Amino acid sequence: MSTSSSNTNYVGKAPNRVEGPAKVTGAAKYSGEFEVPDLVYGVVVSSPIAKGKILKIHADKVLSLPGVLQVFSHENVPHQAWFDRNYKDDVAPGGSPFRPLHDDEVKFSQQPVALVVADTFEVARYAASILEIEYKEEKHETDIESQRDKGHAPSKGKSGYKPPSSRGNAAKAIEKAEHRIRHEYIHGTQHHNPMELYASTVHYHPDGKLTIYDKTQGVLNCQQYVTKVFGLSKDEARVINLYNGGAFGSGLRPQYELFLSVMAALELRRSVRVTLTRQQMFSIGHRPHTLQTLEMGTNPDGTLAGLKHYALHETSRFEEYTENVVNWSGMLYQCDNVQLGNQVAALDVYTPQDMRAPGAATGSFALEVAMDEMAYAAGLDPVDFRLRNYAETDQSEKLPFSSKRLRECYRQGAEKFGWDRRPLKPRSMREGNKLVGWGMAGGVWDAQMQKAAAKASITADGKLTVTSAAGENGTGTYTIMTQIAAETLGLPLEAVTFKLGDTDMPEAPVQGGSWTAASVGTAVQKACLAVADKLLKQAKKMDDSPLKGADLEDVEFVNGLIRLRKAPEQSVVLRDVLQVSGERQIEADSTAIPNLLNMARYSMHSHNAVFAEVQVDEELGTIHVTRVVNALAIGRVLNPKTARSQVLGSVVWGISMALMEETVTDHRFGRYMNHNLSEYHVPTNADIRDIDVIFVEEEDPYVNPLGVKGVGELGLLGVAAAINNAVFHATGKRVRDLPIYIDKLL
Amino acid sequence: MNPFTLNRPETVDAAVRSVTGYLRPAFIAGGTNILDLMKENVEHPTHLIGLNKLPLNTIEATADGGLRLGATATNADTAWHPEVQQRYPLLSQAILAGASPQLRNMATNGGNLMQRTRCYYFYDTATPCNKREPGSGCGAIGGFNRIHAILGASKHCIATHPSDMCIALAALEAVVHVKSKDGERQIKFEDFHRLPDDQPERDNTLEPGELITAIELPAKGFAEHFSYLKLRDRQSYAFALVSVAAALELNGNTITDARLALGGVAHKPWRDKKAEALLIGQPATEATFRQAAEAVMKDAVGQGLNDFKIELGKRAIVRALKQATAGEHKAADIFTNSNP
Repeated sequence: MSTSSSNTNYVGKAPNRVEGPAKVTGAAKYSGEFEVPDLVYGVVVSSPIAKGKILKIHADKVLSLPGVLQVFSHENVPHQAWFDRNYKDDVAPGGSPFRPLHDDEVKFSQQPVALVVADTFEVARYAASILEIEYKEEKHETDIESQRDKGHAPSKGKSGYKPPSSRGNAAKAIEKAEHRIRHEYIHGTQHHNPMELYASTVHYHPDGKLTIYDKTQGVLNCQQYVTKVFGLSKDEARVINLYNGGAFGSGLRPQYELFLSVMAALELRRSVRVTLTRQQMFSIGHRPHTLQTLEMGTNPDGTLAGLKHYALHETSRFEEYTENVVNWSGMLYQCDNVQLGNQVAALDVYTPQDMRAPGAATGSFALEVAMDEMAYAAGLDPVDFRLRNYAETDQSEKLPFSSKRLRECYRQGAEKFGWDRRPLKPRSMREGNKLVGWGMAGGVWDAQMQKAAAKASITADGKLTVTSAAGENGTGTYTIMTQIAAETLGLPLEAVTFKLGDTDMPEAPVQGGSWTAASVGTAVQKACLAVADKLLKQAKKMDDSPLKGADLEDVEFVNGLIRLRKAPEQSVVLRDVLQVSGERQIEADSTAIPNLLNMARYSMHSHNAVFAEVQVDEELGTIHVTRVVNALAIGRVLNPKTARSQVLGSVVWGISMALMEETVTDHRFGRYMNHNLSEYHVPTNADIRDIDVIFVEEEDPYVNPLGVKGVGELGLLGVAAAINNAVFHATGKRVRDLPIYIDKLL
Repeated sequence: MNPFTLNRPETVDAAVRSVTGYLRPAFIAGGTNILDLMKENVEHPTHLIGLNKLPLNTIEATADGGLRLGATATNADTAWHPEVQQRYPLLSQAILAGASPQLRNMATNGGNLMQRTRCYYFYDTATPCNKREPGSGCGAIGGFNRIHAILGASKHCIATHPSDMCIALAALEAVVHVKSKDGERQIKFEDFHRLPDDQPERDNTLEPGELITAIELPAKGFAEHFSYLKLRDRQSYAFALVSVAAALELNGNTITDARLALGGVAHKPWRDKKAEALLIGQPATEATFRQAAEAVMKDAVGQGLNDFKIELGKRAIVRALKQATAGEHKAADIFTNSNP
């Protein structure tokens, strides 16, 4: 039996970020900051047109500038690999990936059409600004509204995409229903806009090998891309990413700064850095502009009779990006008659890309606003309505949930918020001259795990180092992996170093899908357990060892000791074991794979419920989100501090999605017009008031050995819908296209 | 960004002489706008004259009871200056409604007057813009024009002036002091910025080589009854969709003097003296305010996506006048920003 006073039990505690001091002192290096000798600088030239041909690139004038080394374009870039498959990264959707500087075709506005390389960044930037390029413009189409009847079901090219499945007869059920609603919901394009700009610093070594510091969520994905495209061996292309200044999905796929910097380094045989501008950050993928229609009907007892949910979103002409927009509507509520459809339409835009809770952020916004509308049509409280339609099993997969404490999320969230004091009728609460509204919504996200590996190594001085080629987007990966490793081997946190983000390390999946804690965490735990096993074998060899005859299950590693679970006073000191063993270090590799049997038996998901309060100045159309309570069931919480921070960030993003965030396109130019952080609005401190995060206790013995479900993506879900529903409750006015600008409430 | 040279003179005379001999000279103080414009290839000065060593960063009382704001005093120092806070709280409030603390710490008073529009098309060299490239057309007309002008626009340009500070300065009837190598002159604030007409490339009436040295506030500061109301897409660091600087003098409930200026609606701070005349001598009631608001917007023209600004502008005027009447905005409120 373990004593509760153990001070090396870190999982579930809230230590500060282990990389915090490095970040606040500037010691943490980001991809565009690594110092390498004899570095030259590439600046990308972007297309001003959305579609057409490059006729002529007048490089001469630029090449004559002192300091300019080369102007790369389709005219002089040596052809790399010939096949699409060489350009396919691990998470590419179906289709033909974009190849930078491949030919004279312009496929989207801001497409990179040239790279100017110079001795200094300033010269490169100036040279890029005066590079004259002639284009022949062709007619483009960038507006999804023009494709309303031209969508098609997407191919299955994209990993993780599940074609939605229907059941029963929704049309008939809705026709016979007591109450019905049918509405369209829209949100425009959004861009990830992490604070850190995409950058790649390529160190060209004298032997021709490359060390590539790239902003990415997956160093291995970048390495396999670079090796396939440029015909390099893994040994020749080491990719490193130690920190990300946010990514949110934008770094799942290799971005064009990687191709351009590696190409230039190989051609010039020099170290090269390419950093995108903020404007160019609007050319690397986005959450697609999506049109959705929801139709619902209820029975007299307030249960759902039928539900229809259709979505149409954009993709590029060359790749078929798609996301699971409507599937959530088949599983969040109990309903026997469900009809779902998901379509895409190709436009002259860059391929959209996964962005924080891809598909779910979109689909659950529409679903949860529609649920509110349905609740009102049926005269029911929105929480009560959801409880009447609570799904005890996953009807889409026809499986029980591995765990689901959504009911508890509703209960605890409502209690904290004070939901029971809410009058059902809109426009019934005021504070001063403002209308006050309370709204709620919820969400569901996949609890996923991917194959991942880790290596653990403990040295004679009792220091443990664990490595895995995972990523750190600012979510807390360094910290939680350190906690898991320290706890597994009973070491103080200070004795443990977790390293990540290097292709020389054991394999890890891209950092996305909220699966890193589960996948890499399990691998770290497993590798440490393998070291523990070796340590125990050594310990048993010691003279008079009290552990003789004990198996791994019989002992525990706590406070620098290995001790018998049944007789904790019987122990050996870990460092003595290491010293007596005579080994300089003891190490073990381990690979963790998802439990396929459990995956086949259970539907594994995280759930949440969000409650929001808004104050609306009706005369002026201004909305303040004054309170948000987000109650989440995410399995085991490894570190409540870093988990809470993730949810805070997601709630802020939800407020953003509801009230201000949108990339606007001038379709005459096929171009995003607010491509900077001054005009692409995300919340400031002044926009954010009270946010409460509740982690509902949830034990899940099936989801993975750690029992964790991931948190980043879930935190966003329901927030925009809850705010939208609160605005309705305040004003009686329903806005179905986001964001809810002042003008939409006037 | 183009190559450029830089000098940093220590006297005003040296500064105004420094423009000579350069193709495209420009003054730079805080640099919070011109550096962006250079990086975006919108402006290509060949020579920059740095102003931060000039002795123009003071804020001093004038002989006739007003206040003289040095051109290179920062927006932050101005907004938090005790004389400004006590006597011209409208100005303080307007400045603090703009930008962010970091920007206000860099930006200067002269530079604030010189900042250029935030029209998307002006900033994006891939699109047409008569202000950036005369004769190329106006991208905003028929385009994404939600943030654009409803008053005083022309078929050549529908851009808006972006400053908050200037809206208050217009209402307070400030005077701009300028100097060139040929001499000095004073420009009434209402004459400083201009409407686009067929020359949208000209934001103001400064002649080439003229440098702003000071902004003078007259004695009357409307410190009792004022409001700067700014409506925007987020609570900080966003330009106004509509803003209103309202200042009243009251005798009982009767309006004895009134100032009304709007931001976010025109190519210049939009002062409406006719509407002010409708207020003076009238009771400070919603009906009076509504009448003035209707007068301000009588000739307003929407461009489609910004049509809402006409009604929003009217409501904002009424609200700002109500707030001014109530005297709601005391110094403490300034800290919490100016939003309703």
